[in-house]
Amino acid sequence: MKETIIIAGFGGQGVLSMGKILAYSGVMQDFEVTWMPSYGPEMRGGTANVTVIISDKRISSPIANEYDTAIVLNQQSLDKFESQVKAGGVLIYDTNGIINPPTRSDIEIYAVDAAAECARLGQAKLFNTMILGGYLKLKPIVSMENVMLGLKKSLPERAWYLLPQNKEAILRGGEIIRRVR
Amino acid sequence: MADSDVRLMKGNEVIAHAAVRCGCDGYFGYPITPQSEVMETLMELRPWETTGMVVLQAESEVSSINMVYGGAATGKKIMTSSSSPGVSLMSEGLSYLAACELPCLVVNCQRGGPGLGTIQPSQGDYFQACKGGGHGDYHMIVLAPASVQEMYDFVSLAFDLAFKHRNPTMILADGAIGQMMEKVVLSEQQPRLTDEEIAERYGDWATCGKGKRKKYNICTSLFMNSEDLEEVNLRLQAKYRRIEAEEARWEAIMCDDADYVVVAYGSSARISSAVVELAREQGIKVGILRPITLYPFPVKPIADLAARGVKGFLVAELNAGQMVEDVRLAVDGKTPVEHYGRMGGMLFTPEELLQVLKDKLIK
Repeated sequence: MKETIIIAGFGGQGVLSMGKILAYSGVMQDFEVTWMPSYGPEMRGGTANVTVIISDKRISSPIANEYDTAIVLNQQSLDKFESQVKAGGVLIYDTNGIINPPTRSDIEIYAVDAAAECARLGQAKLFNTMILGGYLKLKPIVSMENVMLGLKKSLPERAWYLLPQNKEAILRGGEIIRRVR
Repeated sequence: MADSDVRLMKGNEVIAHAAVRCGCDGYFGYPITPQSEVMETLMELRPWETTGMVVLQAESEVSSINMVYGGAATGKKIMTSSSSPGVSLMSEGLSYLAACELPCLVVNCQRGGPGLGTIQPSQGDYFQACKGGGHGDYHMIVLAPASVQEMYDFVSLAFDLAFKHRNPTMILADGAIGQMMEKVVLSEQQPRLTDEEIAERYGDWATCGKGKRKKYNICTSLFMNSEDLEEVNLRLQAKYRRIEAEEARWEAIMCDDADYVVVAYGSSARISSAVVELAREQGIKVGILRPITLYPFPVKPIADLAARGVKGFLVAELNAGQMVEDVRLAVDGKTPVEHYGRMGGMLFTPEELLQVLKDKLIK
């Protein structure tokens, strides 16, 4: 098993944290993982992306040309990474703010309207775990138990009280993800 | 479930954890991207409350390397870290440390240059690390980690080598290894040496108090008498020959039956190792020779491969061609040696590298 994922969006959307939670969940499940950010001057509104690889074997290159899954959270990221999904791969996006939706017919395309759902709940901070929940519904490569351990390990102790609502968000993401084409 | 001491961390973060856990006495540094997490993590760990390790932000890299100089002279385990432009500022101090034969650890998490360059990863400081940087005939021992676990393990190894040979040691990483997160297993906490232990082990050279000895120890690099300075240089050179004979380290992956060998270190070795998989799927026998010590350079395994009849070497580096010179010296004209590099913070991909290998060596 080897899953190569790119997660991309605006700085502040929780792109890097989502990748870290996923990678830590992989560690908890005894997989090999790499988490490789495109780092830069950190600012809200700038672009951010991270490549996460989860494998049952030693991982050679932590960077990739093409991905099994792309999770794209803004138009720029969709434009950039849609073409880099492997044929037969998966693209997940949030329709919020997307003017030109994805067009490829040789990949599976899914939408998670997490921004709208989080706005409805009044809980903007749950956005990234809700998206993650959508992804894990499609590709349950790590168990829910290990996702929660990964989440706990990713958060400082002072934020552990947020674990239950993040679990809810992950489950909600799994419910609202829908196949677009 | 994985053992609880297995963590997911950045290369830079594990440098800090490794320093505390191997019993380091002091860290003096100045922040610079992409290695600022080293000091940030140390400040978060607050080791001065547990092991007693000192962590201090100096006013500049010039100041931090001179704090290292002072600390190392007393026989303590002292380190600093920086990135390319900051290491340039430290170069004078490194020459002094080498001249005085003082053990210390310097971590360079390289970024693109020359000049202020970029904060993205690069391997443009190979010459600076291995061939000098500072003035005079000196060498640092240079280790090149290719994973987060190696970033962790090499801190302790670097100190061991530094004290074994009384020589500054550098961990030459880059922004990619420093910023990447991977699984890492943390070792047990080692105690710091007591002042008595330091006096016993290093009392013959360290300025840790005269005690009952007859002579004061003096750390200096100033020798106004040429005969004396030549003698110092001869002693240093003899030490470097010893280091070259004893300490070369490398990893050979699938080299036994390889027709072509990629030579790469650090982050480029990680990317290159995917080339082996890709090439062998296409029936091309490629291996990787990964230098783990850049100084001393692993000359013998490369010379052996050339003598065995490897059809060509491709040296893959994130620079314009630096380590390739050492590979050419080792190969000594026996077989073609080509170079491929990206600069300015750009990385190559495994597919790109395989195409270069085909174009330049197989044709």
